[in-house]
Amino acid sequence: MTKPETVRSNPPTVKKRISDPLSVQIFLIGLTFLFFIGFIFLPLGLVFSQAFQKGWSFYYESISEPYAIEAVKLTLLTVAIVVPINAVFGVAAAWAITKFNFKGKTALKSLLDLPFAVSPVIAGLIFVLLVGSRTPLGTWLGEQGIKIIFSTPGIVIATIFVTFPFIARELIPLMEAQGRDEEEAALTLGAKGWQIFGKITLPNIRWGLLYGMILCGARSIGEFGAVSVVSGHIRGQTNTIPLHVEILYSEYNFTASFAVASLLVFLALLTVVLKKGMEKHFQKNSFHL
Amino acid sequence: MGIELQNITKTFGEYKAIDNLSLNIASGDLIALLGPSGCGKTTLLRIIAGLEMADSGKIILENKDTTNLPPRKKNVGFVFQHYALFRRLTVFENVAFGLKVLPLRERPSRSEIRDKVEHLLKLVQMDWALKRYPSQLSGGQRQRVALARALAVNPRVLLLDEPFSALDAKVRQELRRWLRKLHDEIHVTSIFVTHDQEEALELADKIVVINKGRIEQQGTPQEVYDHPANAFVYNFLGNVNVFHGRIHNGKVSLGNHHVDAPDDLKNIEEKPSQTFVRPHEIGISRIRSNDNDLAGTIREVRLLGGQIGLNLECEGLDGPIEAEIPRELFINLQLEKGVQVFVTINRVRVFTGDYEI
Repeated sequence: MTKPETVRSNPPTVKKRISDPLSVQIFLIGLTFLFFIGFIFLPLGLVFSQAFQKGWSFYYESISEPYAIEAVKLTLLTVAIVVPINAVFGVAAAWAITKFNFKGKTALKSLLDLPFAVSPVIAGLIFVLLVGSRTPLGTWLGEQGIKIIFSTPGIVIATIFVTFPFIARELIPLMEAQGRDEEEAALTLGAKGWQIFGKITLPNIRWGLLYGMILCGARSIGEFGAVSVVSGHIRGQTNTIPLHVEILYSEYNFTASFAVASLLVFLALLTVVLKKGMEKHFQKNSFHL
Repeated sequence: MGIELQNITKTFGEYKAIDNLSLNIASGDLIALLGPSGCGKTTLLRIIAGLEMADSGKIILENKDTTNLPPRKKNVGFVFQHYALFRRLTVFENVAFGLKVLPLRERPSRSEIRDKVEHLLKLVQMDWALKRYPSQLSGGQRQRVALARALAVNPRVLLLDEPFSALDAKVRQELRRWLRKLHDEIHVTSIFVTHDQEEALELADKIVVINKGRIEQQGTPQEVYDHPANAFVYNFLGNVNVFHGRIHNGKVSLGNHHVDAPDDLKNIEEKPSQTFVRPHEIGISRIRSNDNDLAGTIREVRLLGGQIGLNLECEGLDGPIEAEIPRELFINLQLEKGVQVFVTINRVRVFTGDYEI
């Protein structure tokens, strides 16, 4: 329950003695700025300067042409499906891991990180091998009129796989810190399972959950590797924003490519702002932890 | 009968937490489960509440067999060591929780809930804090809210799991007395778990001493303290000096020194024995009052509030012994480190069991 203020309130004399010499400070700060400029500001600036190279009207045309619009729609649709599903998965997994004792719990916990460790391309290939048109399962699904690879379901499934850990990983430490006491208290007071979840557990984890959902959403928007393998790059049908950027780029249509890419940058900036806002809220409410 | 436990057994893997334990508690009593940490007392409490399942045995609360009821139907009030208040809910909402989750048919009306919560919070002297959140309260205040919350559902029995152990000494003592007073008003059958013998002696109608998942002794605080059933109970209920020796022809050996054995052990021919003496039952004087007194030297002087603790090296004893004397006596005798004194051992307890401490 220590508030950050108490940590910062060292007497100034102590601060002076333990701090590094000025030259070291200037060097480190300078290095950090150089890195930021070289790897973040400069590339971002280039994206926008390229995007607007042929003027506003071309920029507007590039992002409003039918294929681009379709790509944006597909991306948003994917996010709209993936985030809620992963929210349910994530809460369920975090709940199971932190509130129950069962065999294979440790294994499950480490397996959660698998999607982070596996290259997204492999993740995509796994699903092609599993439900592609030449596999038994894929053939059977095809006979039922269900197409997964080279269509929207494939994109959604691949994205779910890649972004699965974000929410669970956000929630597990939070729920571990909170323990089972409150749930047990609610239980002895006569609450049913869903009442405990709705009235106690969910309110306790809501900010962590929202934070995880934002990260999950951001990753879903930008996911390229896995989606690239399963989508088939059919313009207007299975093209997400990142895939559309790549197609335009490989057609030497640089300006249009960067224009669409700038949409991704905007979405990323929006995520950062949202995340920052959430962190502030987190801190303000940390006394509840 | 308030609480009847019949042959409760619980194992965690290889470890036997509760070992065929049976216990009867009269309705309206306040009982202390006293034992060292890891003795199974908290597990027993959680089994009664249904938070753990016993491997075998029967639990009857106020004449109703609750062994196989899910915890939410057992209707017990449980107070947790670390309060476990709902952090996102206000004090009012916390106490009202148990009433608001009742099925619609049994649920009291809004105004009834309001009246009941306000009444309970008044009872625990927290009615000023209705709209506060748990994080805005001190530990003692939180525990009182937790108690009101547990009482709101009219529990058959009230279970308190080391309710004061997370509080500082001063608040702990206050809350202890307050709980005793509250229990005298509401008379709900209650069990509290503690490892603090002082707390158990002061608060409980009856003490149940538990060790290694079994009951060592049960009785009123007076009985348990004055007539401990075995070496473990004696040792656990307060500070002790232990002498390992032999009992022989009605005499017990303390080092080279011999004292009369208690009557019930007079007839034993010869057996290894353990002799216990409480520090406050050791007399200290400047002059030898009888032949049985031991000559000793003060090695250390410690201030223990109203008492003075002395560490003494005695002639003929293997190790140093601890004594506690009133401060006044200490001043009158003009004692200090290094002074020669005579030690009278007034009351010994002798156990012949092979119990190891």
